Amino acid sequence: MAEIRTETMTVNMGPQHPSTHGVLRLVLELDGEVIQSVMPTIGYLHTGIEKTAEQKKWQQVIPLVERMDYLGAQSNSLAYALAVEKLLGLTMPQRVNDIRVLIAELQRMASHLIWLGTHAMEIGAVSMLFYAIRERELLLNINELIAGFRFFPSYIRIGGLREDLPRGFHETVNEFLDRFPTKMDEFERLLTKNDIFRRRTEGVGTISLDNAFQWGLVGPIARAAGSDYDVRKYFPYCGYETYDFTVPTASEGDVYARYRVRIAEMRQSITIAKQAIQRITPTGVWACDDTRVVPPPKDKVYTEMEALIQHFLIYSQGFTVPEGDCYVPIEGPRGEHGCYIVSDGSNRPWRVKMRAPSFMAIQAIPFIVQNGLIADLVAVIGSTDVVMGDCDR
Amino acid sequence: MADSHEHGLDPELPFITTKLEWLIQWARRSAIWPAQFGLACCAIEMMAMAASRYDIARFGAEVFRGSPRQSDLMIVAGRLSRKMAPAMRRVYDQMPDPKWVISMGACASVGGVFDNYAIVQGVDQVVPVDVFVPGCPPRPEALIYGIVQLQQKIERSRA
Amino acid sequence: MDSSAIIDILQPLVPGAALEAGRSVDFATIYVPADRLVETCRALRDTPSLDFKVLAEVTAADYLPREPRYEVVYHLLSISKKLRLRLKVRVGNDASVPTVQGVWRGAAWPEREVWDMFGIVFDGHGDLRRLLMPEDWEGHPARKDYPVQIRKAAQTYEPLEVSEQEFRANIERDRVKRAH
Repeated sequence: MAEIRTETMTVNMGPQHPSTHGVLRLVLELDGEVIQSVMPTIGYLHTGIEKTAEQKKWQQVIPLVERMDYLGAQSNSLAYALAVEKLLGLTMPQRVNDIRVLIAELQRMASHLIWLGTHAMEIGAVSMLFYAIRERELLLNINELIAGFRFFPSYIRIGGLREDLPRGFHETVNEFLDRFPTKMDEFERLLTKNDIFRRRTEGVGTISLDNAFQWGLVGPIARAAGSDYDVRKYFPYCGYETYDFTVPTASEGDVYARYRVRIAEMRQSITIAKQAIQRITPTGVWACDDTRVVPPPKDKVYTEMEALIQHFLIYSQGFTVPEGDCYVPIEGPRGEHGCYIVSDGSNRPWRVKMRAPSFMAIQAIPFIVQNGLIADLVAVIGSTDVVMGDCDR
Repeated sequence: MADSHEHGLDPELPFITTKLEWLIQWARRSAIWPAQFGLACCAIEMMAMAASRYDIARFGAEVFRGSPRQSDLMIVAGRLSRKMAPAMRRVYDQMPDPKWVISMGACASVGGVFDNYAIVQGVDQVVPVDVFVPGCPPRPEALIYGIVQLQQKIERSRA
Repeated sequence: MDSSAIIDILQPLVPGAALEAGRSVDFATIYVPADRLVETCRALRDTPSLDFKVLAEVTAADYLPREPRYEVVYHLLSISKKLRLRLKVRVGNDASVPTVQGVWRGAAWPEREVWDMFGIVFDGHGDLRRLLMPEDWEGHPARKDYPVQIRKAAQTYEPLEVSEQEFRANIERDRVKRAH
């Protein structure tokens, strides 16, 4: 009778794989189908954005920074703009804050839609991806309306916004917000009580609250484990304290709990967006008053001399930011996003560093999936909602 | 396919082989199956292209194969970092002939916004590219135009 | 709470450490000497009135013409007390910083990234190797004297198969060890 070999097998889930969220390499040590250890290797999408940003002027960094977490693009630029504005000491008018809140919540919905589509697709409900992308197309239409570009509108600038809202904005957003709750009900009918989905996700990938804090996870992952930490409630920015919303939590800490938390977050986003769109007037102020930072409107540039000089100075040599460093956290779709900037008083940043929630999540994956199956690994990576652009920067 | 008159065959044969060649190229270009090689933001636009609004299945790309050994098109969607370049070359080598490459987006074509130490300035330093699609990210309609251009290129070329 | 209030709570717990309040526009900043870092972090985490349970980020900045050259920055978060804190450690060119992995497990990869990008060694880390750059990369890209653009041919060849022993030996070879 031949000896049965009982050593473990090392398998490489290489950088190109259909069910990773970008280029993530996992070296698994398997005992049959059970995972003994996972060694993630990242860096396959490292773009050196932080070093490139040191060569650009302050306002030129916004498109670069948007391309880090490419699913929640405008949350990156919001974090950067808030940090620079804090160093500059600017306060935004109420209307600008309301528009920023609306954009942030629409962005959160768009990012969660892709999460839902890909997560469900990896678990097996392939048609979910098509439904989710269909709804996301309507959100990308809104992006295109305000700035002409689907993905990276660069609409949020330092000092306010790029320009005023276009005609037809209120109608489009209201139409979307009226239609979306019924679609959310459809998605929930498909997945929430689905026996296969629940068996693949309940009890899988559990992490307790203390461990989540030890590993630095403070987004939907911690909220699914029982915490109620949400940057919008604890350290409010952009006037979030004036909005009426709740922070959904769950207590089991497994994949199914994270799913429920994110679905509930999408519904809360609809509530916040509805409140925001009612406060926004169709035309009005779109930037703060500081003339060093905000370029004047184009009709003034063509007719007045000071406006021409101001426009020229901002776009040729840029503005200077006082010396110091600053970090403003915001609640991105993946957790706490924030941008740590260091200024040396010149017109270029000295150091730009984004705090990446996906980075901390991938670090914790070997801990979360210990003694799970490979199928559980796929579910866990989907539930932690990692985006490699955010992780590798 | 060698010229038939070199083998001293029937003079009617060039007509048949040309028609056969046209038929083979028609079959190849009408059912191009891409391999999944989404790297970064352009991958999301590629997924949007495969979804219901800009349906790519109408153009023949019915499924995105997970394994490169079963596909004939590699759409390099996204920025290629230096660490990823050997892996990409290996995926390209695993594809069976005939194979084509579309370089999608500015970062794959020329390095894009990121002219720095970490990004390969143009995917054509690693694999031969047939069609470059500019944009950051290119709209799904632009990528479909690129695929149609590739289909026309296949039609023009010899089997 | 501002920096001096936190220092007043901390100073009795880490006697003799030269804690200095820093100037900042957003939240409290404290400069900590490298040799007292781990005790300070443990005190910050375990004191009930501070309760800094979460380490949000570890990063560094290179102030090249100035000596000491680097500043390693830690962002801490206390959820129960709604506080944020920034710790800064000044490090010179070949000096090293002790790891805070024993206090917060989530410090492992951010410290690896700081080693990869800046070349600052963390004593006691145990797995200090390249994270974002390829394993055989030379140089530390985020330093101010490293060029942004380089001319280098893309590497397109990698050995097709390594045995398991070679794979693990490569990992051991890439880890940075320090004598002390």
